[in-house]
Amino acid sequence: MTWLAIVALAGGTYAFRVCGPVLHRRIELSERVRWMLSVAATVLLCALVATSALTTGHGFAGWARPAGVLAGGLLAVRRAPFIVVVVAAVATTAALRLLGVR
Amino acid sequence: MRSFWRTLDRLLRHGTGPARLLPRGTELDRALLRDIGLVVLADGVVGVSFGAIAVSGGQPAWVPLAMSPAVFAGGAQFAALYIVLGGGGVSAAVIAGLVLNARLLPFGFAVADVLDLRWPARLLGSHLVLDESTAFALAQRDPARRRAAFFTCGSLLFVVWNLGTLLGVLAGRAAGNPETLGLDAASPMVLLALVLPALRDRRARRAALLGAAIAVAGTPFLPGGLPVLLSLVGLAAAGRRSAGRRSAGRRSAGRRSAGRPGSGGPGSGGRIRSRAEGRA
Repeated sequence: MTWLAIVALAGGTYAFRVCGPVLHRRIELSERVRWMLSVAATVLLCALVATSALTTGHGFAGWARPAGVLAGGLLAVRRAPFIVVVVAAVATTAALRLLGVR
Repeated sequence: MRSFWRTLDRLLRHGTGPARLLPRGTELDRALLRDIGLVVLADGVVGVSFGAIAVSGGQPAWVPLAMSPAVFAGGAQFAALYIVLGGGGVSAAVIAGLVLNARLLPFGFAVADVLDLRWPARLLGSHLVLDESTAFALAQRDPARRRAAFFTCGSLLFVVWNLGTLLGVLAGRAAGNPETLGLDAASPMVLLALVLPALRDRRARRAALLGAAIAVAGTPFLPGGLPVLLSLVGLAAAGRRSAGRRSAGRRSAGRRSAGRPGSGGPGSGGRIRSRAEGRA
């Protein structure tokens, strides 16, 4: 990661944030555009979940990490508190590795 | 713990620090404060893991320490970091982060009334536009409470996110290999937990599943970062959002749902908002 990359990411992110507060009396996004933006974010986040849970570099990440995410995911679906979900995922993965599951 | 909330409550009402941004006479009830506090604490843990994962992945300490205050968006920070750690190009990392953060644009419009302040406050406050702060703000009907919830959540998150990152940087070096501790499971888990409420929408779910499948299938062949961007092809599965039942429902639900951040994901928001509304 370079300075330039961080500045670009930070600057672009701030630009997204500040548009609404600065422009809101002048333009309004159509609901369709808002909806597409939010679904795009969901799609990207899910792709990140899938790739970072299942892969390392260009290969399979091993069983321990996806198993941990699955355990946490089941708790999340059952509406366990956020922190319990995260701790359960981490603990499951760590425990499996301790037992020799890669 | 109880006295911590009481202190926070007093601080926010009578004001030092971030509380000076709150209008006079603003009140946050303790339950809302507790919900915000829980989210802030949980994000603090995520901040710790961000710092730890960055340095144990081989990034110098200044990278997470600069990213957390400057970018201040967890999902994009992790995305950019993972792409770089996975050997992807820096520009792919920036693009992926920016695409992820594009959702902050509609969020900014959704909370624009909250930020209808003098210019310095408006520009500073814009940096606090986040999934969480937006969700909390939109759950409040009363304008003063909206503003209070937004600024309380945003500024507390800013402090705790950065403290967490610092802690993680310090701990990550001491801790050595994060995989032994299972830390590599933390960020997919966090993202999944945050995005789950948005997946209740059938179209979003279909698009997300297709996108995720495309991304995983592309990972062995494509340079890092690209598979995730390619997941946007999944949007095609979302189809057109027809008028009719759905939008009629929204219209009747009124102003709040128009600016609804929920499907943008990161909302532990979805869950929290419904709780907060239940009380209102």
